[in-house]
Amino acid sequence: MAVCIAVIAKENYPLYIRSVPTQNELKFHYTVHTSLDVVEEKISAVGKSIGDQRELYLGLLYPTEDYKVYGYVTNSKVKFVIVVDSSNTSLRDNEIRSMFRKLHNSFTDVMCNPFHNPGDPIQSKTFDGIVSGMMVQTA
Amino acid sequence: MEQDSGSSVAAAVSAAAGTFLSLNEHEQRHYSALHAVCQADTSGKLSSPKVAELFKASQLPPEALHKVTEVCGAKRLGYFGTAQFYVALKLLAAAQSGLPIRLESVTANLPLPRFVGLQSEAEVRYPSVPAGGVEGQAAQSGTAPGFSWSTRTGALTDMWSPELWSPPRSPCTSPPRSPPSYRGYPYSRNGAEPHMVYDIHSSRPVVQMEPHSSPSNYSTKASVDLSSTAAVVRSGSCERLDHHGAGYPDDDPWRITEEQLQYYTNQFTSLQPDLGAFIIGGVAKDFFTKSKLPIPELSHIWELSDMDRDGALTFSEFCTAFHLIVARKNGYPLPESLPATLRMAFVQPVEDDPDTPENIELVEILQSQINPNASEEATKQADTSVRIAALFEPSPQLGTFPQRPEPPQELDPQMKMKTRPRSFSSTSIEDAMKKAEEPPTPPPRPQKSHSRASSLDLNKLFQQGALGAKSGWLPPPPALPPRPAPSQAPHFTTEKPPPNKVQQPNFADFSHFREEEERVEGQSARSRFGPSTEDLTAASKQDLLHSAPQKPARRKFHSEVSNMDLPPPAMSLAPPNKAPQKMLSKQKREIQMAIRKNKETNAVLKRLNSELQQQLKVVHQERVTLESQLELVRPLAST
Repeated sequence: MAVCIAVIAKENYPLYIRSVPTQNELKFHYTVHTSLDVVEEKISAVGKSIGDQRELYLGLLYPTEDYKVYGYVTNSKVKFVIVVDSSNTSLRDNEIRSMFRKLHNSFTDVMCNPFHNPGDPIQSKTFDGIVSGMMVQTA
Repeated sequence: MEQDSGSSVAAAVSAAAGTFLSLNEHEQRHYSALHAVCQADTSGKLSSPKVAELFKASQLPPEALHKVTEVCGAKRLGYFGTAQFYVALKLLAAAQSGLPIRLESVTANLPLPRFVGLQSEAEVRYPSVPAGGVEGQAAQSGTAPGFSWSTRTGALTDMWSPELWSPPRSPCTSPPRSPPSYRGYPYSRNGAEPHMVYDIHSSRPVVQMEPHSSPSNYSTKASVDLSSTAAVVRSGSCERLDHHGAGYPDDDPWRITEEQLQYYTNQFTSLQPDLGAFIIGGVAKDFFTKSKLPIPELSHIWELSDMDRDGALTFSEFCTAFHLIVARKNGYPLPESLPATLRMAFVQPVEDDPDTPENIELVEILQSQINPNASEEATKQADTSVRIAALFEPSPQLGTFPQRPEPPQELDPQMKMKTRPRSFSSTSIEDAMKKAEEPPTPPPRPQKSHSRASSLDLNKLFQQGALGAKSGWLPPPPALPPRPAPSQAPHFTTEKPPPNKVQQPNFADFSHFREEEERVEGQSARSRFGPSTEDLTAASKQDLLHSAPQKPARRKFHSEVSNMDLPPPAMSLAPPNKAPQKMLSKQKREIQMAIRKNKETNAVLKRLNSELQQQLKVVHQERVTLESQLELVRPLAST
């Protein structure tokens, strides 16, 4: 279960960011922002071949003492970042991948909506629902 | 806020209704008397049958009455509260005096409204006077029957009965009166300016407002925009007001009626002439933007209605979206997930049967979803042949029920969680919807035809090898195995033991194939005596088109027959050995031809085998050379 989920546009501004509200949200925003550097580094490294599912998933970007950050980039350079609590029973890699896949699917649904302008913040309730499903349920 | 006592009511009304409504003494007395007459329960709401009766007694034309109910705010609330009642009475007076029915009219010093035939002291006091010419906002024809609806009972919450649409049947494309079945959709915005005034008045909360203020704005806007189609509004409001008590399943606001369907069809064809094709997102966006709903709402509506998430609207999706927009404009809050009836209405246009009770619809829809869906899946898994694509094109119209398993399942739990006050969706419907979603989502069956890469190679090989000259030698996936083919199979068992050697590569599939054969066999028992194998291809093509559930089995069967030289699972077909003897000779002929074909297949396969072996050897050698080179280059690294 994620603690924070963010969708960042190609130009590195957030399209959607949502955290578990009990904690200091600013901290998560900062974490996501710094993780962008790692994302950039990874995608520039894997520059040769294009568009393999495995390469979309960037894996663990960096662990800190409190949490781990996972990244995923789409073919259009839209980045998804998931922050997971370290104290959580460590989620298997597959689960993270499936979370990203779900995110990606809902993201494409949002993009398919003709009323959504790419580059606008995501305001879709369906997307919200999916993200909530993935986040830690706060009591 | 609403009290029953006489004088306090007036005070409440004037307080609640804002400063615009002031009643003089006469009016207060009169109104409170009428109020008492119409009082049905102590909650402050007036019983709508009595109110309807009263209105009828005013002898105003129905559209005027509808306008009155709408303007006074009762339409929004769904019932006549005290304030609405008083405003309505004032408006009736205004109408009877010949003033237009607007909120400003109530400020005028009006005589008391006159009611005819009302069994109350009010009637006794005031002589009946035929209603003056009311300058209704529009003189709709056929609104007379509209008022008869008031006698029909319906759920209070059925705010927007689809039957509303029935009277104004005028063609949907007359611009000055925006099509009556379509309220407030300002494709033909008739002078919104003068009506903006109403927004100011109407948006003032009279007594209570709906939970959100925006819907009320929308509803007023809708009513306002409706200048020439107010009849529908009024009839809707009237009906809603007059309906208390007994729920009427047909009044579900989320059902699309025939007339609405027709209207949507017309609109669809105006955008996209072919009913089976899609409206792409951009076109739909422009179209729906004209409705002046805010973009987030339109976005939400899109999400609800685009079932297959393809960024384009099929006809059914378009109807759903349109319906949601119209509902929204009428003041209905947008649902979080697609209402059950609307989701079924999604298939309804195909069923073309909107008035049947919902349970029957359920059954029909289930069946229709299963069948076309099975056919869709079957056809989809077929090969990449163009014919499959062509077949698939018309089917979206039939069963575009989501092919992705996720959305419907997500929608359904959301539906359970939602807290809309309207009780249109019963649990049985939700359960049935769940069941409806489950059948279409099982993984597509005949993927196994592709799991063997060799079959694909064989296709190419065979096509290249010009063996297609033989009849019945079709690229396996698109062609259907001929109907009589299953009949050949049992004879194979009796006459010729299956060639084991050829079966081996395909053994795994045969076992699966057996089950399907049995199924096919059971279904096509009579069709044994079909045409000879030369005609089988033609027949098989027809089969593909006509019998949905059998497609996967047949296709595979044929692929087995023609490619892999198969026969065998025929043993599973031993049971249905009921061929009458007269057909034996014909079947023998077919069998012999099949044998010949299989032999050819055999030969081709052998050749293929040898070629592949050679390639394998070559690749092996290359690998060996590469490895040795590698070792030479890195003598130290390799250990």
